[in-house]
Amino acid sequence: MADAGINGIGGTSPDEVQFRFRDDEPVDHGTVTVDSFLDQSNASAVRIEPGDDARALLPHLGRLRLVEVNFPVFSDGRGYSAARVLREAEYAGELRAVGDVLIDQLALLRRCGFDAFAPDQRLNEVDAVAAFARWENVYQHAADRRRPIPELRHG
Amino acid sequence: MYLYDQYDQAMVDARVEEFRDQTRRRLEGKLSEDQFKPLRLMNGLYLQLHAYMLRVAIPYGTLNSRQMHMLADIGNKYDRGYGHFTTRQNIQYNWIKLEEAPDLLADLASVEMHAIQTSGNCIRNISSDHFAGAAADELVDPRPYAELLRQWSSFHPEFSFLPRKFKIAVIASDTDRAAMKLHDIGIQIVERDGALGAAFYVGGGMGRTPMVAPCIREFVPLDQLVPYAEACLRVYNRYGRRDNKYKARIKILVHELGKEEYARQVEEEFAHLLSQGIEPPLAELERIKPFFADPEFEFGLPTGIDRSDPDFALWVDRNAVPHKAPGYVSAVISLKPVGGIPGDASAAQMHEMAELTKQYSFDECRVTHTQNIVLPHVKIADLHALWTRLDAAGLANPNIDTIEDIIACPGLDYCSLANARSIPVAQKISQRFSANGRTAELGELKLKISGCINACGHHHAGHIGILGVDKKGVENYQLLLGGSEAQDTSLARITGPGFDEPGIVDAVETVTDVYLRERDAGERFLDTYRRIGMEPFKEALYG
Ligand code: HEM
Ligand code: SF4
Repeated sequence: MADAGINGIGGTSPDEVQFRFRDDEPVDHGTVTVDSFLDQSNASAVRIEPGDDARALLPHLGRLRLVEVNFPVFSDGRGYSAARVLREAEYAGELRAVGDVLIDQLALLRRCGFDAFAPDQRLNEVDAVAAFARWENVYQHAADRRRPIPELRHG
Repeated sequence: MYLYDQYDQAMVDARVEEFRDQTRRRLEGKLSEDQFKPLRLMNGLYLQLHAYMLRVAIPYGTLNSRQMHMLADIGNKYDRGYGHFTTRQNIQYNWIKLEEAPDLLADLASVEMHAIQTSGNCIRNISSDHFAGAAADELVDPRPYAELLRQWSSFHPEFSFLPRKFKIAVIASDTDRAAMKLHDIGIQIVERDGALGAAFYVGGGMGRTPMVAPCIREFVPLDQLVPYAEACLRVYNRYGRRDNKYKARIKILVHELGKEEYARQVEEEFAHLLSQGIEPPLAELERIKPFFADPEFEFGLPTGIDRSDPDFALWVDRNAVPHKAPGYVSAVISLKPVGGIPGDASAAQMHEMAELTKQYSFDECRVTHTQNIVLPHVKIADLHALWTRLDAAGLANPNIDTIEDIIACPGLDYCSLANARSIPVAQKISQRFSANGRTAELGELKLKISGCINACGHHHAGHIGILGVDKKGVENYQLLLGGSEAQDTSLARITGPGFDEPGIVDAVETVTDVYLRERDAGERFLDTYRRIGMEPFKEALYG
């Protein structure tokens, strides 16, 4: 699944997306690596690995429709920063978490701006729905723009 | 002290439910141990040599009597009638069953407590000055700032899977009682041109590569504390090393980049984050502050002490600390009985300390990083009555900051990473010095013991440090001299070849003999060491 196929296109397909919080049509093809993306002028879907610098994409956000962020292991948290960096730069396309994505990371990923999830192993739907809904409120600002508790307290 | 509102309570309650659910999935086999591990760690649950260990957060070390009573009840209900106070101003229980952990967390939540982020590669419980709000030398009480950061760091979505654990300390006086520069981020609240702000020290730590944090910014305006901290963390999350867990702490990043380059990257990120409007409203800080307002101190209280009972007088000299309000002191309860386990308290002792907290200290006590308990606001006139009660409970050891006030990690008696036992060495040293009667003569002497290179017992920062190592399968102990975690932070140096267990106790006595022989008037052990250097000590040990 993670391998780059012909023409350098790889990544996940829309069928592998288990949860999606967007109404637009998903991009119907795979993603390219950051390096190939920067070389090609027409690609609209890219895949970020933990060591990639999401900032390299910022000049090209206009033509991007899908950014896939890979978590080879759930404990490598660089993808959370990559997601926020993109959302803070007002990237509005799909942000898909792929790889070792587990139930207990869903709410955090969502807060960092991910709006699609393609876990390596399909997650139990009931547990996942409960996990997305776990936190009625939050303490700090993030990409989801929820008003945090310190603001709610002051009207 | 800080009290939860409905928001704080709801967060903690939601967390208990989440953990109950995770534990259920683990027990049903839906989560592997590898998948469960980071989740239980983020709830303070470690798997140790004999059982699970649970670490409970005590934010900035402050407790009320209700909470202390609950810690005692938990010791009885889920452990073997004990709790262990640690160098991170927390409490640990060593004999926890996984099935019972969710109920234990629910009990904690009922008194506004939790075990959130007390382990794992996330921002840990925030520590502070244990004399906050009582010390005469503080600029302001540092705890409102610590509380603001506690909220910001709780369940932080971006920083829950950092390269490594992350520890923050906040102080607000020039005297450092929190080992601030030995934290990943140390914050000192300072004043500039009449305005308060924060100096940031980043990249300190102990462990196998001890480092003293450099100052990377001298003044961050108070309403920008959170964005600045966020910038420090984001640079670390993106660029901290993940290839080698021994090089993953932020101290290595700051060291490898150099403090100027790290600071530059933080500034860049900070400027960007200021444009994102992520800082909490200043009104929130103003809401928090009154929780830490002075209690209603009485005026015109007597300040004289009847010293006719020598045992009481000794305890006052050792364990009572000057207070900002006339007629009051802070009283330190030593959890270091001669021959005891440093930091251990029985459930009965915790109940008694809770009662004393309520009766004599405006319902507030503190846990110190030296594994003792402080009653911050005690009337001098009440000291004798307090001491009498403490004495009856086995809690009146007159030894604060002496060689008997040892910090020791759990070591090989409990810890799966240990090379050597720490507790028996601490016990034998306190027995030796109690028996030879030199404790008082030696004065301030901070001795710290770790059972391995991870340095949970702060051995790098001991005036005398002891480090347990494994020498061909036999427990062996290295001796270190000259460390300090106070404002004159320094890292201790190894004297030379290590010692076996009886040998290390003798070696400690030998170096104290050198000190007594060489000291100038008014010098502490550390001062003498700094003046005369390592050689005379080596000569006496190995000569
Ligand atoms: C018994 C189970 C424990 C385990 C498995 C454990 C594990 C560790 C490890 C692996 C480190 C090194 C981290 C690093 O350098 O990256 C460490 C550091 C530390 N631990 Fe523990 N620890 C335990 C108990 C304790 C206790 C009881 C305390 C408090 C008394 C404590 C306080 C600390 C402190 C203060 C450090 C040094 C912090 C630093 O490096 O900046 N630990 N611990
Ligand atoms: S210093 Fe080593 S032996 Fe002691 S508690 Fe820490 S990890 Fe365990």
